[in-house]
This record gives sequence, structure tokens and C-alpha cells, in this order.
Amino acid sequence: MKRWRWFCIYVSMLILVSMGSQTCGAEEYEYIDISSPFLRKIPLAVPLFKNATADVKEAQLSKLAADFLAETLDFTGYFKLLDRGAFLYDPQQDGVIAPKINFQNWTVIGAELLTTGSYQLKNDEIELELRLFDTFKGSRILGKRYTGKIEDQRRIVLRFCSDVIQYLTGNKGIFDSKIAFVSTGSGKKEIYACAFDGHNPERLTYNNAISLFPAWSTDGKWLAYTSYKKEKPDLYIRNLTDDYENSIAREGINITPDWVPGKFELAATLSFSGDPEIYLLTGEGKIIKRLTRKPGSDVSPSWSPDGNKFAFVSNRSGSPQIYISDINSGEVRRLTFEGRYNTQPSWSPRGDKIAYASQVDGRHNIFVIGLDGEAPVQLTYDSGDNEAPSWSPDGSLIAFSSTREGPSRIYVMTAFGTDQRRLLVLAGEQTNPKWSRNH
Amino acid sequence: MKKKLWIIMALILVVPAFLFTVGCQKRVATVVKEPVAKEEPKVEPKKEEPAPAPAPAPAPAKLDTTVMQSDIYFDFDKSNLKPEAQENLLQKAEWLRDNPDVTVTIEGHCDERGTNEYNLALGDRRSESAKAFLVNLGISASRLTTISYGVERPTCMGHNEDCWWKNRRAHFVVNQ
Repeated sequence: MKRWRWFCIYVSMLILVSMGSQTCGAEEYEYIDISSPFLRKIPLAVPLFKNATADVKEAQLSKLAADFLAETLDFTGYFKLLDRGAFLYDPQQDGVIAPKINFQNWTVIGAELLTTGSYQLKNDEIELELRLFDTFKGSRILGKRYTGKIEDQRRIVLRFCSDVIQYLTGNKGIFDSKIAFVSTGSGKKEIYACAFDGHNPERLTYNNAISLFPAWSTDGKWLAYTSYKKEKPDLYIRNLTDDYENSIAREGINITPDWVPGKFELAATLSFSGDPEIYLLTGEGKIIKRLTRKPGSDVSPSWSPDGNKFAFVSNRSGSPQIYISDINSGEVRRLTFEGRYNTQPSWSPRGDKIAYASQVDGRHNIFVIGLDGEAPVQLTYDSGDNEAPSWSPDGSLIAFSSTREGPSRIYVMTAFGTDQRRLLVLAGEQTNPKWSRNH
Repeated sequence: MKKKLWIIMALILVVPAFLFTVGCQKRVATVVKEPVAKEEPKVEPKKEEPAPAPAPAPAPAKLDTTVMQSDIYFDFDKSNLKPEAQENLLQKAEWLRDNPDVTVTIEGHCDERGTNEYNLALGDRRSESAKAFLVNLGISASRLTTISYGVERPTCMGHNEDCWWKNRRAHFVVNQ
């Protein structure tokens, strides 16, 4: 943690004193309109980097960095990565800065954006210069220099990716976010978490008991979840920095937490009254107020980004459907009318859509619906059961679980349903992914 | 002299005030914090000890729990008690009246087809339905605990209705 802070300071100082990027503020994102209903992928070329020496280790690390840059930008779903085999470019001979780049060689293969890099390994320190160009304008968009240890390479590349996405879309992207999920690898369902791209999965609970429904607080410092570690489904609210937990262990079930955006409060379903109802709770586990009042099940609250409304599942009409409750007016309206089994709502961080799982012909699939409840769009088809959608913090991607390869695993797709890919491979089955809110 | 008296007065008034402040602060910080397990609990291998000869105590009359062992079943996504389930619970209520010292845990279960959040609530409503029925028949609510497992602990592992109906159940565990 401490080292990371020093690294940050180091990098930002270098950025300040070095190239003086041409970035003109966050307004300039004509490249990718995130509110567009259509996905247009920008053709992007990420060639290998130019190395300072002929050192073999330097060349290996440099290739790893270039490949990771390509993979990570590809992961965002915003780009069409061009095949390196088609490039009319030798990174060792040709230049990495604008006057020395023949942009026609890039436009002719269809590239609209280009990254270049130069890489140097000195002792155990690495130095990278990374640039982003608009090939049609023939101009540099971004230029950054980073220095760090070899083990900082992932962070350096992610930092550049974050700058690229910030420039092109106007928001920081997802590169500091994490995904929590449930895995049966140890023989029991326990909570795990990994980086946004599946990197470095880490087991968080050792409860030796069924653990379910992880939920991150907005700042990423707290994780709420349900566990049977005391023989019944209770809620635990873990402080991830100081390793202690608050618990909510009322009679009946204590399940499906979701944090109020920006607050140390959460909604969850408790059934101590004899009926599963949604309550607003403090992060310490005290009840602030009851939010639903209907006989039958009320579960799975999911807050709107402004914290004024929440979506939830209720069977008050006879079958499980998604409803929206306005906490100020108390008004409740039904959102889904198609299908007899609609559950697991997840409110997009952009505010305009709700993803959910709908059972059609005995199979669950992921759908997205606007707040008007009109025309739900199906995103997964013919691929086993697809459940538990959870939006990335920028609203561009959706994590979900799928049995398309047999055992349940975690997958990621764009908000349009394209680019469906497995996030990671782990022993056992993985379910209930929950993307953190921090970018 | 006057000065000395003033200091003594100050000590009498101020020092206890400080003590009081400290006492108050201590009382405020009472949020219960449970430590977090960071690794698998180690299981100590049990040492084989020669078992002491069992004392020939008069064996307690073994409780016949046959009546309690049968599950009651539900329709898909339903928690209402079907006539067969009500018949079954009538027998269980009678048994519970005959054995007033036992308590029972009622587990609610679901088949695998739904999603786990909703099913955990459905299992809760199933166990609560059974409990409410028994309470209406005069069994004390304090003897009945409910716990929902949703889809987490199926008794039958197949992926068709032959199994599903067996998993949509309330299960009764007698605690002696």
C-alpha cells in the first residue's frame, strides 16, 4: 500500500516534468459517445514497443507490456484490435513520435488510433513512454512517461489505459475496480475477489460455511455478504482494511445487501417479522427504516446511482417481477411484465437501465430494460443458464455467471451483449459476481 | 493560605471531572467488532484414547421421531400448504404435544430452477408456513425455529422433475 503511494507520486511527478501532454480537459471526447445506443468499435493498432537496447530480458518484458496494453484496451470493448501481422511498421527501426511516424501506413490498414511505446530496463527499474495517436489527423492525443520497478509494470500499463479511456470517453474506465464472487473451490461456497480483468483472484472468507451475495460499498472499503457461519443466513459487513466484521443476525434470513451509493448505509432483506422485507440499515447493522410493506417475498434491492430509488424483486403480483420504489415518495411501480420469473435486478451506474435475469423456457438469460419498462433487450442466448448481472462502475460492461461450459463460471460482456468472454478459470463453480463501484 | 485553598478546591472540582470524561468516552466505543478468519481452521487430529468402559447407565427411552422425519412438499414458487402437507403437519402437531420437551428446526428448501436470492426468501416462507400452521394448532412458537437454505442444500441432485419435487420441501429436525 505504502509503496503504491510512492509509486503514484513518482509517476505523477514524472508526468508533470516530462512531456506535457496535449490533453485539453475532460470535455474532449468526440471519439466514443458512451450514451450512444449503438456500439461502434474504433480500429486500434497496438504494435510492439521500441526497446532501448538489444537485451533479451528487456525485450521479453517489453513484449509482455505491449501485449498487456493490447489485451486491456481490447477488454474495454471500445476497440477493434488490428492484427499485428498486417502492420507496415518495425518498432525498432521506425519512430515512436509523431514526426517520425508514417501515418499513411496506419490509415491504409484501417487503424484510426495508434499507440506506440518505448521501453527501457535499467537494473530493476523500467521506463516506459507511451503515446496515443489519431492516425487520420496525424496528431498525438496523449503522451506519458512512467518509471517504476519491474513488478509495477501492470499498474503502469493500467494507468496509461485509464488515461486513454478518460480521453476518449470522458470517464476513468474500470481499471482500479474489482469483482467479488462466490466460489466453491474449497468445497464450501466462500467469497473471493479479483481485479476487473480476472487477474489475481483472492479468497476473502474462510467461514467454512455457505457464503453468498457479496456487495461492495461505494469506496470499496467494505464488503457486505451473507454467510451461514453461525448455522443460519446472517449478514456480515466486513471492513476490508482493518479485518473486522459487523453482523446482522436477526431471526430468519438476513440476505441480499446493496450499499446506498456514497453512504455508509445499505438495503437488505430481513425476515424477522415473519415475512422477507427490505430494510434500510446502517453499516453497523442498525435498522434505519423498513422499505417494503407487502406480504410475500421482497428481495435483491439495487440502488439507483443517485440513491433516491431502488429496484427489487417481489412476488406481490403472483410471480417474481422487478419493481422500482422511490424512497422519498414511497411510490412503487412494476417494471417488468414479460416473462413469469424476473429476478436479480442491477441498476446501471449511468442510471438509465436495469439488467436482470429472466427465465424463459426453463433457462435464465440476461436482459436489459429501460426505466420506462418498454422493450426489454435479451443479451444472452442458447448458452446454459446466465444469471446475476452486475455492471462495471462506468456502466460499459456487465459481469454475470453462466453454465455455458458446464460448471457455472463468471463471464463479462459489453452493455450491448457483445464480446462475451470468460473472466477467469478457478477450481469449483463461481456464481454471484458483484463489480465494485470504485473505478 | 488562600492560594493553597484555591488549589485544593480546584483539585477537588477538576480532577473528578476529568475522570468522568474518560469514563464517558470509554462507554461510547461499543460497536461489536468480530475478528475475521484469514485461513482454513486447522483440525487437530484427535488422539486415540482408550475409551473408558461405558457405564451401564439405564438407557433413556429412545425418542421415536418417525413422524417428524417425513418432509412436506410444495408446488414450484409456492409456499402455501397443500392438503397432504396439512395432513402431515396435523400428525406432527400431535407428536409435538406428546413430546413437550423437544424443540424443532424447520428447514425450508427449493428446487434448483430459480435464482438463489429469491429462492432463499421462498425457502424462508415455506418454513414459516409450516411453523404458522403448527402454532395455530397450539404448538408454542418458542419450540419452533425456522431456517431457509433456498437452493443451497438439495436432497436430490438430478436436473428434472423427479428430483425437483423432492427438493421443494420443508424438513424437520428434532433437537433433543
